This record gives sequence, structure tokens and C-alpha cells, in this order.
Amino acid sequence: MAARSTTSRSKGSAKTPLSATKDELLQYYKDMLLIRRFEEKAGQLYGMGLIGGFCHLYIGQEAVVVGLEAAAKEGDKRITTYRDHGHMLACGMDPKGVMAELTGRRDGYSKGKGGSMHMFSKEKDFYGGHGIVGANVPIGAGLAFSDKYNGTDNVTFTYFGDGAANQGQVYETYNMAELWDLPVIFVIENNQYAMGTSVKRATKSKSLWERGAAYGIPGEEVDGMDVLAVREAGRRAVENCRAGEGPYILEVMTYRYRGHSMSDPAKYRTRDEVQKMREERDPIEQVRKRLLDGDHASEDELKAVDKEIKEVINEAAEFARESPEPDPDELYTDIYADVAPQDA
Amino acid sequence: MATEVLMPALSPTMEEGTLAKWLVKEGDTVSSGDILAEIETDKATMEFEAVDEGTIGKILIEEGTEGVKVNTPIAVLLEEGESADDIEDASGKGSAAAPADKEQSSETAPSDSKDHPAPAKPKDSRPVESELPEGTKFKQQTVREALRDAMAEEMRRDGAVFVMGEEVAEYQGAYKITQGLLDEFGDRRVIDTPITEHGFAGLGVGAAFGGLRPIVEFMTFNFAMQAMDQIINSAAKTLYMAGGQMGCPMVFRGPNGAAARVGAQHSQDYAAWYSSVPGLKVVQPYSAADAKGLLKTAIRDPNPVVFLENEILYGRTFDVPDIEDHTVPFGKAKIWREGTDVTIVSFGIGMTYALEAAEKLAEDGIEAEVIDLRTLRPLDYDTLIESVKKTNRCVTVEEGFPVCSIGNHLSAYIMQNAFDYLDAPVINCTGKDVPMPYAANLEKLALTTTQEVLDAVHAVTYR
Repeated sequence: MAARSTTSRSKGSAKTPLSATKDELLQYYKDMLLIRRFEEKAGQLYGMGLIGGFCHLYIGQEAVVVGLEAAAKEGDKRITTYRDHGHMLACGMDPKGVMAELTGRRDGYSKGKGGSMHMFSKEKDFYGGHGIVGANVPIGAGLAFSDKYNGTDNVTFTYFGDGAANQGQVYETYNMAELWDLPVIFVIENNQYAMGTSVKRATKSKSLWERGAAYGIPGEEVDGMDVLAVREAGRRAVENCRAGEGPYILEVMTYRYRGHSMSDPAKYRTRDEVQKMREERDPIEQVRKRLLDGDHASEDELKAVDKEIKEVINEAAEFARESPEPDPDELYTDIYADVAPQDA
Repeated sequence: MATEVLMPALSPTMEEGTLAKWLVKEGDTVSSGDILAEIETDKATMEFEAVDEGTIGKILIEEGTEGVKVNTPIAVLLEEGESADDIEDASGKGSAAAPADKEQSSETAPSDSKDHPAPAKPKDSRPVESELPEGTKFKQQTVREALRDAMAEEMRRDGAVFVMGEEVAEYQGAYKITQGLLDEFGDRRVIDTPITEHGFAGLGVGAAFGGLRPIVEFMTFNFAMQAMDQIINSAAKTLYMAGGQMGCPMVFRGPNGAAARVGAQHSQDYAAWYSSVPGLKVVQPYSAADAKGLLKTAIRDPNPVVFLENEILYGRTFDVPDIEDHTVPFGKAKIWREGTDVTIVSFGIGMTYALEAAEKLAEDGIEAEVIDLRTLRPLDYDTLIESVKKTNRCVTVEEGFPVCSIGNHLSAYIMQNAFDYLDAPVINCTGKDVPMPYAANLEKLALTTTQEVLDAVHAVTYR
């Protein structure tokens, strides 16, 4: 292994102002807005009883996945936990298929058998969609292992939350990922609350990314409300991995506006706290402002974009309502890849 | 007084070993801690140290001798002032002499394992019903060698197959199952892991998602409890959760169940646990031929397979078909012995009790049909029901806990599907409803026995 510092790098080395082209900014705006509107619609459908069970919305965190997807290339893989709708849309999965899965219909990505927390797309290299906190982290390292085994230069984005960051298997994975120089980027989406428990009430660690230092994994803290800051950090991480330098940790500071799930009244924080974040840090507003201030787009142009996205979402919702429920025979399919299950 | 140096037991299941090399010669003076010899157990080559001071009076077993039973005198150690002439007197009087308790030695002698009460291999090392073509040649192989060959053959066949686990590479396998694989396939495909079952099981799942064919070895399945979430939630359920789009083709394998005197935390049979999970396939072989053929099938299977081996069986020798690509299909039981009076159904090490009981029953004129399920998920219900319809009586045998056992499930299945054919209730012979005790006598009591199988058969046949 090439000699390299075992201490982690300090926070974001880029001091030069972040910039992006008009096209890039417009694309990020659209991508984030698509997630926001999708999630709002999902919340609405949940309220109407069309979506059941658990439904974890990504509103507020859009810049994380959009920024990191901007640093990815063809063949890179991604895996996340149960707050996964944003990740799926960001990597190009069809909003119709995602929404139809939320409504439990046969045209959903998992034929209605997975639900909000369990969707996959081999085509888009999206490997779920995992409901057990922390369990996707070793799996993400395993995906990276497969790329290293096969000699590609692809990387795996392994997303998890601040809550999962306290799971033992995360550290087992850090150890192996560094030991074997696996091309995995650990993305800690620190939205500051593990369900109702704030980070401060769960750990005395001042930062989560710095824990990687114990294993020799470099990392940094990232402003997760600024899509360009996320993209820049993502590029550093990706470069590190593609160069065969092993894993990298990004602790992306973000915030979810909604409760942990649809049934969470979010009494553990004040309305003011949420409001302040929305008004001052909103990731979509930040890009919107950049577009307008830089004369990249007019209000009217952005309105047209909003309208376009609203239509995509309404179509997806319509599709998800119209798609039939799975055939009852589907109960017993897809248990084994090769044989029908036995009647015991 | 001259002291006999005895062949040591150097592992929980060691019954005999090879005296690979003497590091001392007759006339050498040794003191406590000096290395006397190198001894090859079934698992490793170990150095054997002197405990007492003295002079090597006579070497009784030449180096290179194989199959030296534990407790056989291998040398004589003389105290100060003694000479080789005193050796004759030493026999049977040594301080750490050969088994003093004659009853115990005769009881353990036929066993392949020093302490484990599981009976030795019955005379038949081949089942009556052969799936193999006429004229197939056989070679003698241990279960250990058969498992190793299965992995090596599949790794030659498919570059996506790799093996990972604790001590699988440089150590050559904690139980020597992966012996030689590192040399042949290199460290890209034979990978030592840190002692982190939860993590490396999950990593294996990810590698399978990524298109590889991992074999994850657990040093024992007791440790797989730490990885249970990954095996069940991540491996078994993904194909379903993904609507068939992607699954998890991989093998979780390692020794399962009681070994010998290793205590409660290392002695559990997980057959029933894993067999209750849709999405998993579960295999528990008995013979070396099946261990090989089933492991090859498991590695090729497009689903997650839990492959439950047994440490006691690792060292047992069976006839293995000497053919190029010996595979055994899942979901097909094997009839080891045909009979008309009672069906004894078992799997894995339980087969040792079942077959021994059948031999003894034959002496009393009771003809037992003995079925080895081989795979528990899928399970060959047809063969079982057909047999019960013929014999009208059934006894199940396993080493696992009695509550929610495989036997319980089979009983329920037989009741629902062959109730009218039963002339007696099905009896389940199982391990006892206790954590495994350490004491030799208690451990024996905690497992099932051939006698229990005999009693059960007598009860269901009313003979």
C-alpha cells in the first residue's frame, strides 16, 4: 500500500469560491426540486391512505444526493438505508416506478413487494433500500469489494445516517474497508436526529467523520445544504477511491424538515428551529438564488421548470394510483431465483 | 520411576494423529517446556512439549507413524539414576499413564471422537440407493477433504467464486477445510478477515449483490449469530424485496452443532433456525460424498445457502465417487437403508445414531428404513411420506434443541399428510432442552443417543 497519512484530512480544503456553469446549476435545481415535489406528493398520498406503513421523507436533504451524483460516473454504485426516495430519483430511477412501489402496486420497482424502504435497480446500480439501521454499510463495502475484485475503477457511495454511525458493524466495515483499500465512500448524512434523539444525546464525539481516523480513513465535514460544496467534497472522495487509495468519509451536515417518518410529530425540536433552517439554508433556494443572481435564469424560466416538474410528479402519482395491485400469485414468486417455494 | 510419554489430544475432537517428527533422540536430557515432537492432528501440526524432566530412555513410536491413537505411549522418560533397562517396569505404571479406567476406554475406543458420544461410522459407508451410474469408481475421503475439493473445483470452474473468513488463508483454515486454497488461488480469492462476523457477512452479501459468488466461512455457526441480521434480512429477503430483480447468490458455511466438550456457547445446532426462513436454502450433509456434491451445488445455486457442517464428522472417511464433477441435487433425500418396520429420518451427525440404531434393530429382527434428508430447505417431503406410508411408523433424530425442532416440523407434516397411515405417534429424538454442559457425562446426557433411538423405535413398533 502506498504511504499515506493515517490522520484524517481537515474540513473542506477548497477555499476558492464554489462555482458551476449555468447548465449545471439548472440541472441541480431540477434534480432537487424533483425530489422535493415527489416527497411532498408522497406525503399527500400517505395522508390519503394510498401509501401505508413507514414512509420516510427526504425533504431538506436534497443537496446531499444531488451533489454526490454530480461527482459519480457510469458504473458507480450506491446503497442507502430506508430514507431512500431521494437517492433513487437522483440516480435516474423513474419516479413512476418509485411512486407505484410506495402505493404497493405491480408496476412498482419491486412489484409492490418491497415498499418505501426496499427498492432496487440493477440498471441504475442502486442496491437498496435497507430497513435495518447500519446493515447497508458492510454491504456497501462488499459492493466496492466486487469492483476491486473485478479490477474496475468504480466506487460505491454508501449512505447512512448519524444514528447508524453509532452501530458496531459500521466500525467493523471501516476496519476492513481500509485494510483492503476498498473503493467505498461512506456518506454520513447527519440530519442531526436519529428519529427523536439528537446527535448530542447519542454521542459525546464532536464529529462523526473523525472517527475514521482510528482506522486511517481520511474524511471531512461538508455543508450538506450547499449542493456545490457537496459536489466538491464528493469529487475529492471519488478521486481518492479511484486512485486506489481506499475508503473516504464524508460527514454531510444536513437537516430534514419533516418528522422521522410520517407518524412522527417531531416534538423533540422546536418549530422555530425547522423554520430557521428552511428560511436561511434551504438547498433549493440557495441554487435558485445563484441562478437568479448570476443572471443564469429569469423568474419566468424557473417557474416553467417548476411547472414541468409538477407535471412529472402528477403523472407519477396518477400512474401509482392507476397501477393495479400485484396479482395474488406474486405472493409466492421471487422467493428463490431458480425454483418455486415448497408448500410446507 | 520411568514415565511414559503419551500421545496427546491436541484438539477437542482429536482421536488420533501422526507423529510427524521427533525433535529429541534417545539419551537426550529434557526439561519441562522442551519441544519433544511435532504432531499432526486432523487440524494442524502442533509442537508437543515435555512436562517432566528426565532423559529420553526409549522412543516407542517412530516418526512418520500415522494414526497414533490418543494416549498411546510414544516414548519413555527416565528419571535421574534410571537406565533403559528399567523400561520394562514402566509399562502401565507411568504417572500420566494410559487410560486407567478400562470401561471408559472401551467406550470411547470405537468412537471417532474422543469425547463426543456420537457413534462411529457404521459398516455401510454408502447408501443402498445410488444415483450414480453403474461402475462408478469410489475413493476414500474424509468429509474435510471432500469439502476442500468441492471449493477448489468450483473456484477453478468460476472466477467469481472466492472464500473469506477467519483463518481461511494463511492458517489454512481453523479446521483445515480451506487447506491449500491460498496456495492455488492466491490472496485475491482466499481472504483472511478480522474477527468481525457481522461485518464480513454483510460484506459478503454486498459482494454477491455486486455479481460475485462469495463463500463466507464461519469458524463455527455459533459465531454466525452475530451475523444473523445479514444472513436473514439482507441475504434471504432481498430477492423478494427486489421483486426478483436481484438476489444474493452465496454460501454461508462452517461447522454447526456440538463438537466435544466445548461448552454452551460453542455447541448449538442451528438447523431448525435457518430452516424456518423463506429465501434461504439449508443443507446439512452427513457423508463425505454428499458434503462434496452438495457444497458444489450450493456454490452454483443462485440463492443464499446456509451449509451446516459438523466438526465431529470432518475427520470421518467415506466412499466418494471418483468422477470429474460430482454434484448432488437439493431437495432429494437419500435412503441409506431400506426397511419395512419403521422409518428413521435424520440428517447430518444425527445419521450416526440412526444408522447404528438400525444395525442393532436388525439383530432383533426389526427392519428400519433410514432416510438422510441432506437438505432441510428444500426438504424431500415425498420420500419421507412414501416411506411412512410403507412403515406406518416414524422416529426423527437430530442433535438440536427439542422445541420447534426439525422433528417437530416433520411430525406435523406427517400428521397432516399421512395421518391415516400412522400406527403410532411420531417420536422426536433430539438434544435436551438445556444449554450444552461442559462435563463429559452431562454433555453425553444433553445429546441424543443411539439408545434413545432404539427406545423410540421399540415404542412405536410396540416390540
